Amino acid sequence: MRTPLGQVRGLGAARSGTDHFWLQRLTAVSNLVLSTVFVGVLVSLAGDSHASVVATLSNPIVAILMLLFVISVVVHMRIGMQVIIEDYVHAELPKLLLLMGNTFFAIVVGLSAVFALLKISFGV
Amino acid sequence: MASSKAGSNRPLSPHLQIYRPMLSMMMSIVHRITGAALYVGSILLVIWLVAAASGPSAFETIQSIYGSILGQLVLFCYTWALIHHGLGGVRHLIWDTGRGFDHQSRERLIKGGLIGSIALTVLIWVVVYATHGATG
Repeated sequence: MRTPLGQVRGLGAARSGTDHFWLQRLTAVSNLVLSTVFVGVLVSLAGDSHASVVATLSNPIVAILMLLFVISVVVHMRIGMQVIIEDYVHAELPKLLLLMGNTFFAIVVGLSAVFALLKISFGV
Repeated sequence: MASSKAGSNRPLSPHLQIYRPMLSMMMSIVHRITGAALYVGSILLVIWLVAAASGPSAFETIQSIYGSILGQLVLFCYTWALIHHGLGGVRHLIWDTGRGFDHQSRERLIKGGLIGSIALTVLIWVVVYATHGATG
């Protein structure tokens, strides 16, 4: 049973509509492009010295693409893990705590990687 | 919550175990597993980047760990997980458009994803070893 107002809002039972679904697809597409770049960068850097890794990562084009990669990946993995938690954890409190932990993890991973990339770019 | 109590007597959908394992079903499960593995593995990228940002000696330490046999094995599996999840993602994006649901296309997409992920992973590591020798 849906009220006319609910239908117009289109937010459904989760109160967030299709945002989650759409963001997962949006970041899936950006991940495809950016992770290809990421793998390319890593293959070219594999086993290199610190100086050469820093030189490559501080190239503005490489740095921007790596930053975009990190942001896109972190958003994608956060909402992906959210679905896994919601699928398997049904008790309210553990679910809530895991969902919080999931967000914290994604923020810590994202911010650490972004900070490191910026520090490398602006000079170690 | 009241709703979870009310739902406890309801019939459940059949458990996974009663089905004969099918490739499509295994690929779906592995898609989720690789996603979770990549989630955890993102720590490896953060450690590598933070080490690089910290200076040569920290970076040296991490490179030698990642360059060890165990490190290489983990990174190889990580590469496969990334590519498998990526190709699985492409398959799901195709399915999102309503295409590729007939038996033949379904099987092709599934087998292509599996074979493609293995082939690409091996290719990437062949390129890494060919251009760098032992790596990190």
